[in-house]
Amino acid sequence: MVSDPMQVLEPVYDEENVKKILEMVKDPEIPVLAIEDMGIVRDIEFEEGGVQVSIMPTYSGCPAMDVIAEDVRSALLLHGYKKIEVKTVLSPAWSSDFITDKGKKCLQEYGIAPPVSAGSKGAMLGIDPVGCPQCKSTNTRVVSEFGSTACKALYKCDDCLEPFDYFKCV
Amino acid sequence: MTENEMHFEYLLRLGDNCAILGQRLAEWCGKAPVLEEELALMNVGLDLIGQARLLLDHAGKVEGAGRDEDKLAFFRDTQEWRNLLLIEQPNGDFAKTMARQMFFDCFQYLQFEALLDSSDKTLSEIAAKSLKEITYHRRHSTNWVIRLGDGTEESHEKMQAAIDELWGFVPEMFDMDEVEDAMVAAGIGADVNALRPRWDEMINSILEEATLKRPEDTWSVRGSRVGKHSEHLGFLLAEMQFLPRAYPDAKW
Ligand SMILES: [Zn+2]
Repeated sequence: MVSDPMQVLEPVYDEENVKKILEMVKDPEIPVLAIEDMGIVRDIEFEEGGVQVSIMPTYSGCPAMDVIAEDVRSALLLHGYKKIEVKTVLSPAWSSDFITDKGKKCLQEYGIAPPVSAGSKGAMLGIDPVGCPQCKSTNTRVVSEFGSTACKALYKCDDCLEPFDYFKCV
Repeated sequence: MTENEMHFEYLLRLGDNCAILGQRLAEWCGKAPVLEEELALMNVGLDLIGQARLLLDHAGKVEGAGRDEDKLAFFRDTQEWRNLLLIEQPNGDFAKTMARQMFFDCFQYLQFEALLDSSDKTLSEIAAKSLKEITYHRRHSTNWVIRLGDGTEESHEKMQAAIDELWGFVPEMFDMDEVEDAMVAAGIGADVNALRPRWDEMINSILEEATLKRPEDTWSVRGSRVGKHSEHLGFLLAEMQFLPRAYPDAKW
């Protein structure tokens, strides 16, 4: 049989498979970070020949959420899924602790200091030291708790003198 | 009012505070004293607009009349808005913006903390989400009040003037009325009157660290609960609502 290049992909109704597809969806503001690794995919459900993906917003006003929902939809469409619903859920409230270890590594390599554990009050209060993603020094200071996007703070390294973004703990 | 109408009204109060303050902060865009501060003000404003969207969306569903967040934000006139008078006051100088913000951040922090226990599940979820953001907002505005209050002679003077000017808008935050009472009784709302002592404690310690004087309670104004606003709100709405009213079918 000759394989048809225009062949429509048959969707696989399996969570692992959907997760693999979602690996390709990146945070539009941090293009190295897959939304899976960001920990914002809450649920993947299948019903009546359709797939439903629930995502959690990082911040209430995160303008990336609409883009992410669209990107999830198109990634699934490309893989042959037809009935697709992308839902935003608020509970549990997203926490920077949901970022996977792989996600933290991606951030670090991209030059964004990954969040210190949100579990520790010190991190939330900005007391715990934040490591410079360039030289790894912890001799750093906050320039502003609000950075280029809602999820980031602005830091400066007092050793290598480079400014850098820090992914805030929430 | 039926309980459902009061529930709707209550959610409007919460959502409108966020919407109008978010809009006010957006007015600083391109005019903030330093770039980092510009980013901070826009970030806080964006959080607030996000919170407003969640609350107004929920309010629209509770109302059940088919109004969504956009309809509620863009197609209500001044008398239909329920935000506190404090919130709509013009930005003034940076000190006034920070004083207004600090008063509200401390209030909103306590109010939303109490709403974590709300029997309205969606509301308690919104409160949990927002509280993480408010924690940052409150620290930011508090730091500025302290830094400017305990700064130069000029910054101290300006910050004291801002605190004095806005003090009369404080009592309205803690007013109880039929709607607030009913919502507390139903387990939906937070008893704001009971939050006043903790707010006072917070403010007193901030003012003390900032070497600022707590103003005397002299005048105070009220009216937002019944749609009686200062003239400032009309101008704000005219700008905020212009586009969707001029082009009601516009999509973006
Ligand atoms: Zn460094």
